[in-house]
Amino acid sequence: MMSATNKVSKNSSSTTASLTTVSPRLAKNVQRHFKERVIEFILMLAALSAVFTTFAIVAILLYESLGFFKTVSIVEFFTSKEWTPLFEDAHYGIMPLVAGTLTTSAVALAVAIPVGTIAAIYLSEFASHRAREIVKPILELLVGVPTIVFGYFALLFVTPILQKIYPELPGFNMLSAGIVMGIMIIPYIASIAEDAMRAVPMSMREGSYAMGATRFQTAIRVVTPAAVSGIVAAYILGISRAVGETMVVAVAAGQQPTFTFDPTEGAATITAYIVQVAMGDLPHASIGYQSIFAAGLVLFAMTLCFNILGHIVRKKYREQY
Amino acid sequence: MINATTPIKAESKDLNFFYSNGTQALKGINMPLYENKITALIGPSGCGKSTFLRCFNRMHDLYPGNRYEGQIIMHPDNTNILEKGVDPIEVRMRISMVFQKPNPFPKSIYENVAYGLRVRGESNKRLLDDKVEEALKGAALWNEVKDRLQDLAFNLSGGQQQRLCIARALATDPEIMLFDEPTSALDPIATANIEELMSELRNKLTILVVTHNMQQAARISDYTAYMYLGDLIEYGDTDMIFTRPTRKETEDYITGKFG
Amino acid sequence: MNSNIQKNKASVIENLDAVRAMIKRHKRNDILFATIGLIAIMFGLLALLTLFVDLVMDGYPRFNIQFFSDFPSRRAGSAGLLSAWVGSLLVMLVTFLTAVPIGVAAGLYLEEYAPKNWFSDLIEINVSNLAGVPSIIYGLLALGLFVYGLNLGQSILTAGLTLGLLILPIVIVSTREAIRAIPIAIREAAYAVGATKWQVVKDHIVKYSQGGILTGVIIGMSRALGETAPIITIGALTFIAFLPPSPITTEVPFINFEWLSSSFTVLPIQMFNWLSRPDHAFHINAAATGAIIIVVTLLMNGTAIWLRYKIRKNIKW
Repeated sequence: MMSATNKVSKNSSSTTASLTTVSPRLAKNVQRHFKERVIEFILMLAALSAVFTTFAIVAILLYESLGFFKTVSIVEFFTSKEWTPLFEDAHYGIMPLVAGTLTTSAVALAVAIPVGTIAAIYLSEFASHRAREIVKPILELLVGVPTIVFGYFALLFVTPILQKIYPELPGFNMLSAGIVMGIMIIPYIASIAEDAMRAVPMSMREGSYAMGATRFQTAIRVVTPAAVSGIVAAYILGISRAVGETMVVAVAAGQQPTFTFDPTEGAATITAYIVQVAMGDLPHASIGYQSIFAAGLVLFAMTLCFNILGHIVRKKYREQY
Repeated sequence: MINATTPIKAESKDLNFFYSNGTQALKGINMPLYENKITALIGPSGCGKSTFLRCFNRMHDLYPGNRYEGQIIMHPDNTNILEKGVDPIEVRMRISMVFQKPNPFPKSIYENVAYGLRVRGESNKRLLDDKVEEALKGAALWNEVKDRLQDLAFNLSGGQQQRLCIARALATDPEIMLFDEPTSALDPIATANIEELMSELRNKLTILVVTHNMQQAARISDYTAYMYLGDLIEYGDTDMIFTRPTRKETEDYITGKFG
Repeated sequence: MNSNIQKNKASVIENLDAVRAMIKRHKRNDILFATIGLIAIMFGLLALLTLFVDLVMDGYPRFNIQFFSDFPSRRAGSAGLLSAWVGSLLVMLVTFLTAVPIGVAAGLYLEEYAPKNWFSDLIEINVSNLAGVPSIIYGLLALGLFVYGLNLGQSILTAGLTLGLLILPIVIVSTREAIRAIPIAIREAAYAVGATKWQVVKDHIVKYSQGGILTGVIIGMSRALGETAPIITIGALTFIAFLPPSPITTEVPFINFEWLSSSFTVLPIQMFNWLSRPDHAFHINAAATGAIIIVVTLLMNGTAIWLRYKIRKNIKW
């Protein structure tokens, strides 16, 4: 202790004058250090808001669902094929809503996957640099079009056209909602899949062309297999979007929870049901109120699985090159 | 000495090449490729040797804006492979290429070698099997991989991958094979293997090789061309180029005074 | 020897003819696919063009001043968007004020402060996961947390906070990308003259990443403008024939916060409401609203994409 003080006094030119100039500076350092720590703490709190949000989502969904499952048995929830929580004779089987969700999503993917993939291959391997520079931003632009607008399109544009081809089609049907949802997802899938294909190193394409392959052969036999995990990730993220999509189905697919996989019928999806209940005037903490959280929990679990799967697959292709 | 009776497989005539940004990378190159011989291209980086090599299978056509002037005539049919009417795919089917870094496809060993044949529409299993085996033997890789032909090609070592790429290029019986610094990414043992392989391949086809390694050129090639800044400075019998170069620039480069 | 060469020549040429015929066949696939590809892209683009043209044509009769200055009404012809666009504006103000400071701060923390360990991984996983959560789930969160948990009611504040959380991942990700583009040399230069970490962040990092952050904020705000599901889920009313109290008053202190707790409606909800009515006259209103929403969001996204393009082009380091 003594020696340390000695050293200090020896080092600073050992006059009182210099000591007085040093100590305010030291004090300022302490103050500055404190300020830095406070700022870092505040920034950390901001970053933690993401964790907080996830936590809050899970907590709220679980809490309200727990109330729901006090009344409804889990077995009934997952096995009953009737969903009528607001009726006198209430049934609580989520399956009709799940069926509606899967059917509309399947229709959407049947449109979006082929068109999106072909568009991605075309953009990545066939289009000129200039064309790509123009089309890619447009795709990004289209990803941002609000979904309610697509709902209008499904109900008042696509459905009437489909009814001309197929007159028995009801005004609310999953086919039209699914097709429009597919159109909506095309830019999304095309954009991510194209990114994955662009990430395939040029040397691999050169190797193929050097063997006398055509563009089509190179695209199909070399680039697409090389980018397959990125393309699959695009599909999975597309599925997740379709499953969670709300407004198109709420407007155009119908509100009746019907257990059917026939796209020419109208049926409610999980999201459409939540909207339907929220539009009504349900007392807080009633079973109907709780039921939308239980439905939301199922939806959240479904999209979470797809998102995690999508990110794992996507990460894989990033590691490859 | 250049042997007048050796047939010429291909020759470039007044070849100029311009990249899309307008820079001229090759300036009036005249050079023959003798049949069943190895011709080496040497010179400092940026001298145009790879650019020249890639003219032979029209690789530059992959990038818009690149432009050739002059001719590369292929014998015996006297086709000018740079002519607009000649499809680059046709050229690449006759002239195959091995790249600087091994670039196997994300497929099995078997499918990598069979790729060129599949691209040609071949689907006869027996014929493919035979060709794959023959090519792998030709690339001195057969013994190492014959029991795992369905393994992913990425699992091979760097030297094996490069030999796989040679097998891939070999499977379609090309008339000329181009090697773009084929050993620069490999260790000395793998390099020795590839060099030996090239010497053997000479019996079947004509080889043009770019190398940054002068010893390699001296070891394996029959003819050597020294390029500098897009010009062909000197071309001749390898022994002559390395022992009695006629041009001062060549001598400086070979003796290490420059480069 | 000579005849041998002749024979060889003949076989090469014969072979060449076969090769040329084959290439011709293969090239047909190229052309076929190029056509299909072009159609695929055109299908996507044309479908959206059709959508837009359809909206504009259907909604055409309502493009006039009254449409913007009238309240909703039982009569389609005299129903307007006044409460909806004012509501959208106020909700977006709240969204902006929550998402931007928190998002930028979080981005700064993750890029400049966070140690690379499980803690930063945890935050990162959460951010990327939140970006993929369906928007209606945010509505459920808000219903449980803001409306009933914190008793904020079905107010502008609730809606603004909800959308703020929704676009938070967008702001965080774009902030991080913008910061990552700043070379380490800039930081070193600033530290070398004795700046503290916060000074470096405040004077350099934030400054040079402004453009990129702005891009993300615009994209986020445009998303917030078009979002419908979460706002419906919190139980927003669809028939609002009054305006929230003005945020600016003529009396001291000139600002009031009553508007935050006011009921409201927003553009997409108004559109949804008109769209769900059986009376076709209201569908015209819905189309006009849709056209307006599309124009505004496309303008915002277009600005953002253009901005990003400009930034990429202008980066000198």
